[in-house]
Amino acid sequence: MMKTNRRGFIKLGLSAGGGLMLGFNWSSAVASIENFSAAATHVDFNSYLAISPEDVITIFSPNPELGQNIKTSFPMVVAEELDADWKKVKVVQAPLDTKKYDRQLTGGSGAVPHSWERLRKAGATARQMLMEAAAKRWSVSASTLTTNAGFVIHPDGRKLTYGELATEAGKLSVPADVKLKDRKDFKLIGTAVPNVDNHDMITGKPLFGLDFYREGMLHAMIQRPASFGMKLKSVDATAVKSMPGIVDVVTFKNNVAIVGKSTWEIMKARKALKVEYEKDGNIESTSDHDRLFKELLDKPDATVRRKDGDVEAAFKSAAQVIKREYQCPFLSHAPMEPMNFFAHVKADGVELIGPTQTPDRARNATATLLGISPDKITVDITRLGGGFGRRLQADYVVEAAELSSLIKAPVKVTWSREDDMMGGSYRPAVRYRFEAALDAKGNLIGYKLRGVGINAGNSTREDNFPSGAVDNLLIESVDHQSPITTGAWRAPITNFLAFAEQAFLDEVALAAKKDPVQFRLELLDRAKQTPIGAIRYDIDRMKSVINLAAEKSGWGKKKNLAQGFSVYFSHRSYVAQVAEVEMVKGNPVLRKIYAASDCGIVINKSGARQQVTGGIVDGLGHALYGQVTFKEGAAEQRNFNNYRLIRYKEVPEVEVHFVDNGIDPTGLGEPALPPTGGAVANALFKATGKRLYNQPFTLQEEMKGVKLEQKM
Amino acid sequence: MAAFSITVNGETKSVDVLPDTPLLWVLRDSLGLVGTKYGCGIAQCGSCTVHVNGNAVRSCSLPISAVGSNKITTIEGLSKNGDHPVQQAWQEVDVPQCGYCQAGQIMSAAALLSKTPAPTDEQISTAMNGNICRCGTYHRIKEAVVLASSKMK
Ligand code: FES
Ligand code: FES
Repeated sequence: MMKTNRRGFIKLGLSAGGGLMLGFNWSSAVASIENFSAAATHVDFNSYLAISPEDVITIFSPNPELGQNIKTSFPMVVAEELDADWKKVKVVQAPLDTKKYDRQLTGGSGAVPHSWERLRKAGATARQMLMEAAAKRWSVSASTLTTNAGFVIHPDGRKLTYGELATEAGKLSVPADVKLKDRKDFKLIGTAVPNVDNHDMITGKPLFGLDFYREGMLHAMIQRPASFGMKLKSVDATAVKSMPGIVDVVTFKNNVAIVGKSTWEIMKARKALKVEYEKDGNIESTSDHDRLFKELLDKPDATVRRKDGDVEAAFKSAAQVIKREYQCPFLSHAPMEPMNFFAHVKADGVELIGPTQTPDRARNATATLLGISPDKITVDITRLGGGFGRRLQADYVVEAAELSSLIKAPVKVTWSREDDMMGGSYRPAVRYRFEAALDAKGNLIGYKLRGVGINAGNSTREDNFPSGAVDNLLIESVDHQSPITTGAWRAPITNFLAFAEQAFLDEVALAAKKDPVQFRLELLDRAKQTPIGAIRYDIDRMKSVINLAAEKSGWGKKKNLAQGFSVYFSHRSYVAQVAEVEMVKGNPVLRKIYAASDCGIVINKSGARQQVTGGIVDGLGHALYGQVTFKEGAAEQRNFNNYRLIRYKEVPEVEVHFVDNGIDPTGLGEPALPPTGGAVANALFKATGKRLYNQPFTLQEEMKGVKLEQKM
Repeated sequence: MAAFSITVNGETKSVDVLPDTPLLWVLRDSLGLVGTKYGCGIAQCGSCTVHVNGNAVRSCSLPISAVGSNKITTIEGLSKNGDHPVQQAWQEVDVPQCGYCQAGQIMSAAALLSKTPAPTDEQISTAMNGNICRCGTYHRIKEAVVLASSKMK
């Protein structure tokens, strides 16, 4: 199933086994953020785990937490194998440490799949060492001992806490091989464990990057070009410099940084800044993209992503051809916490503190910029007020570091919401053309997809379903290079491709006079029996979520509700959804969305349900309302007044189910989002007869005069 | 710059700031009360919600000069030990994802329940609609408001 970097783990194990590291070695400034005072006697078992004689179990969570629940779920896995008492576990966000951890990043729904076995072994190894220490004390064989809730237990009932054994256990050599728990013995994994930061979050403790303040620190905001394709020509900062609280105005690259003593003074002074820009590339508007999309869809040459059989022949012989186009706009990531970072560039090193999904990238980019070695730079990871892919980029970190190096002072750079929304790295705009050829019996004999994206790279996922189930298939992509910057946005590409594909398949099923669920299942059976080309998804897993969603939603059995179906494989997991629309006085009301997910073993029931529900709300909100349009290279939506995010009144009921198949976890931060748009659009069609092709739905021609409501 | 004296969480605080400084930035930059969040600055997202004499108010759009003798309560002052019924409910339901919007959500919910201890669905949605949660925790927010309401009975 999942491959684990065994060497990585052994390396970690050896560092603990190479000698007991008594006196925990706090790297740089963890304490300043976590406010965690380490007991000097903590015994470090491995990179994830330390136990103090006072019986405090400290579990280090290396990956950035942005709401995906990693800071709770990761430690749960360690604690499970350790057989710890969760109430005694203290979780600490580890700073960047590439010697201790690999893949210390948040993205691609990959953290749990990557670390599952490592975390289990980290816990199990320590448990084994604690049992051996107890065995020595009691002069019995370790195999006669058991553990429970933080105790090692003698057959006669005597017991010792892990804390009592920690010092001795830490001196033992690390066992090369440990037995992991049988799944049926899990006590913590699979239960609902509340977020470890809940208390701090609900009482307003400083947790996020924007909450970082330090004595003597300056504040800054940066004026960047409003339009993509423009560069700085001249700056007149005279008026700004004389305004209260302003310390300096510094120009570097295309940036004008206003440095001051407080956020508001800077925000205010900024209005007096006079900057001129000049053309530095193409200046593009949304109308240009609309035209480009049409041109590039018809362009003879495109990058062929996958080709099976003879597509042209299949389309020639077809009894029926269905051809449809779908388009999505740019989106802003718009995490609730805008971009920000603290940097302090000193003569002997650099301190970076803030919200980042990729601390290592931030460090390397800063090292390159300043021409220094990465090990002169520390990165402390605060909690992230959302990320959605935006904080995979290091631009806002490097900028802060560059500014600090120029003003030779510690500084926190804060982006206003407008800066954040105009500052780029958008979900790329894409247009797709799908074509399907059906024979006289309604069999899908040919399938074509071309994606045209604006800075989208490969806008297709050529090996996704229905590839493998169709004899003749052609998947192509064309990319237009634009000065408008784009980047990964939660479930990159599939966040819209899934809608287009699942809405299209619905139409094809209708043309083939087949039930949409049956149609998909038949295609999957075909792929299983006579696979065409490589199959890069798990047919059985996909079928199981389809069946579960159909069963739980009572697919096809409801009289007064129009149901829409969708299923998608993204990253490593499978999610099927059914949306239900009821017509009330002639208007559609989106009542409910059912989700059936296969992400392997569910670690934290509460966190997992949140990821699915939140993914659905996210997918729905952006399908209904989200868009960034451009005029002369500048984003037209700049704040939440016209960049619409979904609100409380706009969510339907959501019902979440998981397939229980016991396979190792395959990730859940993104996979629930892609299917939502398709399920909703298909249900809306069934209810109203109106087909939606473009997002955001609410702004389309088809929805004119339609009053869509959602109710939870 | 001008000197202002305001009452925050039951204490009198003196600050020397520009008169048009939004309360949000006074709380964060001058008083170190960073639980109140910046999200939009234009009264659209609710991240900065505080209580002014018990009413939910967007602190990003309230200049310090307009605060006067009105009593400000922030998330830090909602309860001594984080045990206001709304805070308890938020923990029990396990509402937060990234958590950034949640202080604002809690302040909106607490203001609603102080006036309307047993709100209807409609009243909850009206009170909570001004608070955006980018992570999409709305279902749990609803559940937690209902739970908090039952705790207050
Ligand atoms: S920051 Fe005040 S409402 Fe958004
Ligand atoms: S929990 Fe992340 S914005 Fe609400």
